[in-house]
Amino acid sequence: MFRNNYDNDSVTYSPTGRLFQVEYALEAIKQGSAAVGIVSSTHVALVALKRNAEELGSYQKKIIKIDDHMGIALAGLAPDARVLSNFLRKQAMTSKMIYNKPISTQSAVLSIADKAQENTQSYGSRPYGVGLLVGGYDESTDSCHLYEFQPSGSVLEYYGAAIGARSQAARTYLERNLDTIRGSEAHLSQEELIVHALNALRDTLAQDVELTYKNTSVSIVGKNTPFALYDDENVQQWIDKLDAVSNSRNRSNGDDDDDDEDDNDDNKDDAVKTETGATADAGESAADSAVGANIQTDAGQEDRMETE
Amino acid sequence: MNHDPFKWGRPNDATYGAYNHHIAQATPYAYEEQHASSTSTTTSSFPKMNTQNPIITGTSVISLKFKDGVILAADNLGSYGSLARFTNIERLIRVGKETIVGISGDISDLQQIERILEELETTQEVYDNFDGGDDLKAPHVHEYLSRVMYNRRSNMNPLWNAIVVGGFDKDGKTPFLKYVDLLGVTYGSSTIATGFGAHLAVPLLRQLIPEDKDYVNITEEQARECILNAMTVLFYRDARSLDKFSLVTVKNDGEFKFEKELRCEGQRWKFAKDIRGYGSAQQ
Repeated sequence: MFRNNYDNDSVTYSPTGRLFQVEYALEAIKQGSAAVGIVSSTHVALVALKRNAEELGSYQKKIIKIDDHMGIALAGLAPDARVLSNFLRKQAMTSKMIYNKPISTQSAVLSIADKAQENTQSYGSRPYGVGLLVGGYDESTDSCHLYEFQPSGSVLEYYGAAIGARSQAARTYLERNLDTIRGSEAHLSQEELIVHALNALRDTLAQDVELTYKNTSVSIVGKNTPFALYDDENVQQWIDKLDAVSNSRNRSNGDDDDDDEDDNDDNKDDAVKTETGATADAGESAADSAVGANIQTDAGQEDRMETE
Repeated sequence: MNHDPFKWGRPNDATYGAYNHHIAQATPYAYEEQHASSTSTTTSSFPKMNTQNPIITGTSVISLKFKDGVILAADNLGSYGSLARFTNIERLIRVGKETIVGISGDISDLQQIERILEELETTQEVYDNFDGGDDLKAPHVHEYLSRVMYNRRSNMNPLWNAIVVGGFDKDGKTPFLKYVDLLGVTYGSSTIATGFGAHLAVPLLRQLIPEDKDYVNITEEQARECILNAMTVLFYRDARSLDKFSLVTVKNDGEFKFEKELRCEGQRWKFAKDIRGYGSAQQ
């Protein structure tokens, strides 16, 4: 049987110039549940879908406060995110302590990017198995920023971003609504920003799942708005502002024949992603279900690491 | 009484045994020397001694806030004890676009701080200046210097200086003036002077700005006149001063004026002949 000889460590290139360990780490992000972030000119909203390992278990924390002006949302291995968030908190405190200045969002996210990149070229270590959305308000430039952090060490800035399982659906929503969110006339209130973020998050839901106060996390930070995290009972107020709490595809006018294949398993889709922009939804789920079936035979459910 | 000054204040030999003279001969390198030559275990058991006093020194830095900026002045003298050894020392250092740091005390430590500030500036420029807006402002420079100074004193190895940081607050408009010294002590005021100036110049500066909040009524011209006068008076009375000095004016409209080789103008020494009680004229 075929065996990949070039994924034993993270420093060896394959003959085609790929680092498989790094690519696997990027896959780990897609195993985690979705997180969505959007920036307006004054605020950043981060929202995320939480998972519980079993019915009676608690939900894994998805959004972590870094400082009064910064927070992160994660998708992938939660313990790796804890390590990175502890490091970010340390960086933030150091900046306050020695410069009397809140750390800028960009230098914070670049500091963890440097850490992550080091893991992709040192023998004996593995890349982080988590992707982050880092949102923050910069006092010095009076501006808000949203960055996506990846285990490869790459960092990109976005107006709106989504990571994790079925996040393409959220990206599609954000792309379709870019003008209302970010257009020159758009001056979204905190509330409108959060509703847009939750609408995007809603589109990542599997067919039989709804946004509830238990599985939804909401956070907002911005000018004159210290980082605020809403969980559990506190998040209900935001869910109440939505017109619906389930995936828009499930509510559409009977034209959902291609969605039916989508509900076999949360973890399986997104293993392969087709980047076809607005039409991605339909094509993606069809392709995914085919690939999902293959994976199911290859890798047993047991040896998969738990991702959030 | 034992009239040998080297015996003064020392424990009585009869009670405590002979005084360990290695203590007086300790150097910054004693510790390293001892550990380098591990063969000779008979050498000094006294570990290490750091700077106990400054060598080449610079005297006062004086400074004022006015309604749209700050003024700092410091003379160009580097004294070796009471000897006027160097007359071309620049003790005002520009950091970034709008911050000025004035340093009195040990000149070699001043040069060390100059290097630290340069490194700070480079680091910020390279790693923290993405949007071109995240400048190194005076409060950040002051906080950083206070951490450096306090860290050094906590290691029993202080940088032997008193420092004034002038510039603007985070809003870029409000004048900022703060002090930090070799102990890591900090304070902010509308009138700050270090060294001899803390005794002699501050009362003159406070004639113009009696209370901290009053700086908002002071024009640049008033502040400048007051500083020039204080520099002249310091030259009259401070035996470690020079009548050649540098003066920096920073304004919140972006103007940064660095004037070098200014002279104390209009000196009148008539009062000197009436001074009695020290120097050559004893009566």
